[in-house]
Amino acid sequence: MDFSAIRLELVAALIALGLLVFGLLTPRGKREVIGYIAAAAFLGLLALSFLAPGGGGSFQGGLYLDDPLSLFFKRLFITAAFLVSLMSLRFAKSLEESRSEFFSLLGFSLVGMMMLASANDFVSLYIGLELMSLPLVILTAYDRTSGKSTEAGTKYILLSAISSAVLLFGLSLLFGATGSFSYSDTLKALGSVADDPLVVIGSIMVVAGFAFKISAVPFHMWSPDIYEGAPAPVAAFLAVGSKAAGFAALIRLLLFALPASSGDFPLLILSLSVLSMVVGNLIALPQTNMKRLLAYSSIAHAGYILLGLVAASTAGVAAMLYYLVLYLFANVGIFAALSAFGEAGGSSEISSLKGMWKRSPFMAASLLVCLLSLAGIPPAAGFIGKFYLLAEVARQGKLWLAALALVMSVVSISYYISVIRVIVMEKAEDESRIRVSLANKAILAVSVLVTLGMGVFPAPITEWTRAIAGSIVR
Amino acid sequence: MIGLDHYLVLAAALFCIGFVGAVVKRNAIAVLMGVELMLNAVNLNLVAFDRFGVHVVPLGQSFAVFIIAVAAAEVAVALAIILTLYRRRSNTRVDDLDMLKW
Repeated sequence: MDFSAIRLELVAALIALGLLVFGLLTPRGKREVIGYIAAAAFLGLLALSFLAPGGGGSFQGGLYLDDPLSLFFKRLFITAAFLVSLMSLRFAKSLEESRSEFFSLLGFSLVGMMMLASANDFVSLYIGLELMSLPLVILTAYDRTSGKSTEAGTKYILLSAISSAVLLFGLSLLFGATGSFSYSDTLKALGSVADDPLVVIGSIMVVAGFAFKISAVPFHMWSPDIYEGAPAPVAAFLAVGSKAAGFAALIRLLLFALPASSGDFPLLILSLSVLSMVVGNLIALPQTNMKRLLAYSSIAHAGYILLGLVAASTAGVAAMLYYLVLYLFANVGIFAALSAFGEAGGSSEISSLKGMWKRSPFMAASLLVCLLSLAGIPPAAGFIGKFYLLAEVARQGKLWLAALALVMSVVSISYYISVIRVIVMEKAEDESRIRVSLANKAILAVSVLVTLGMGVFPAPITEWTRAIAGSIVR
Repeated sequence: MIGLDHYLVLAAALFCIGFVGAVVKRNAIAVLMGVELMLNAVNLNLVAFDRFGVHVVPLGQSFAVFIIAVAAAEVAVALAIILTLYRRRSNTRVDDLDMLKW
């Protein structure tokens, strides 16, 4: 059997297992080192994904596909896992026990995300989904000293179990109509039975299951609570990794398995997108907690990114990929700053960020750049990303949709700016300097560089995402 | 004669009962039981489609085995977290999960 198509997944799984064993072998006092080893291993995996990305083609007769799209997403997930493991070094040190499992669970979740990006069959899709979610649930509830963390974990596992049961029921109905789990056979069979009620109900339930994962309205209720309760590095991984994995699976599902451009499907995706943009941005306005604000902003961003699937064209998918990259770095930057601030004794309330500009200019400046990127203000990358998405939707004649997204984006500027105002203009009661650890400084520097780089020189990544989208969209 | 439709109606009924149970029950353990009912409805669907379909390979049955295995893992994680919750508050009512809200 040829395993080259799943080389990266195998190595990632080995890293996760290795970290688990290593944690058992190291004496109790020396377990801090495991975080550094995890970060180094993920960095090595990222290097491997560029040097020897796998053989391409498929594994196990099309159960699993290794193509440019999945490779793009895998690099995205590995980058996220690397940055998040750097971010967690301090958090893991503060834990009294089970430090080593933290990084191992991060690795298992990474394997799940990679499977989800490569899944070309409903069975591997479901296994990938659960392999991603279960470790994330444990990570969310990891801080046992905090009631909020446990509560967030309970909410997450119960809601995620219900959503995956709904998804599975949809899959079972689709299976009844088509007699197959593979994407290509499903697409073929759906050509003749697309109006079958089994197919309609089944596909709606499947899309609903994934709308939960990307936290699109009306399946968004979980994310603010979980972001607020989870430890900051875990919330970052949820925000960027889990969401990007949901989109990876959704892109493939809608373009290769379900007839995305026929029947009422475009309407379904369109309403998810519009609702997410409107509800996410409007509820974000009155938020007073930074993590909840980011949760609602991530709901709104799910709406923007879904615009690419509404367009369902090469340029649309390319714009989604571009947006996911910039979204990753902007969010990781903000969460790294929040987690550094938390380590210095700060809370995640927006009012506690007062006078950040005086207390740590570097952290404040990086937060500023990342927030501007999410708000879509040049020269940060967010502007280019939104421009690509809106331009493609407008080119297809849906001017009202582009106008709505633009209006909601202007609304969103007001809450990002109000955070920036607190950081820059207001005076702090406590003016002591904040010490940022070297790891967090590195994450902030990388996020700012990539965010500004993608905003000022968008060409290289644009070319790259266009090439990937061109290779999959017919 | 019992045919495919009977199984599908039973599965749909099970799914709805499970869903309603998961949504209205106050106790976290009862919510999990509702989810289990939903998953069993899925398994029933898959096996019934397999039995009455014309497939050479029993795909549905094999998927059902996957679902049973993953559901067991899911319940293990959920019960562990609910146990932690119980240690903190001495009950498992989902109504009391109100530290996080806007």
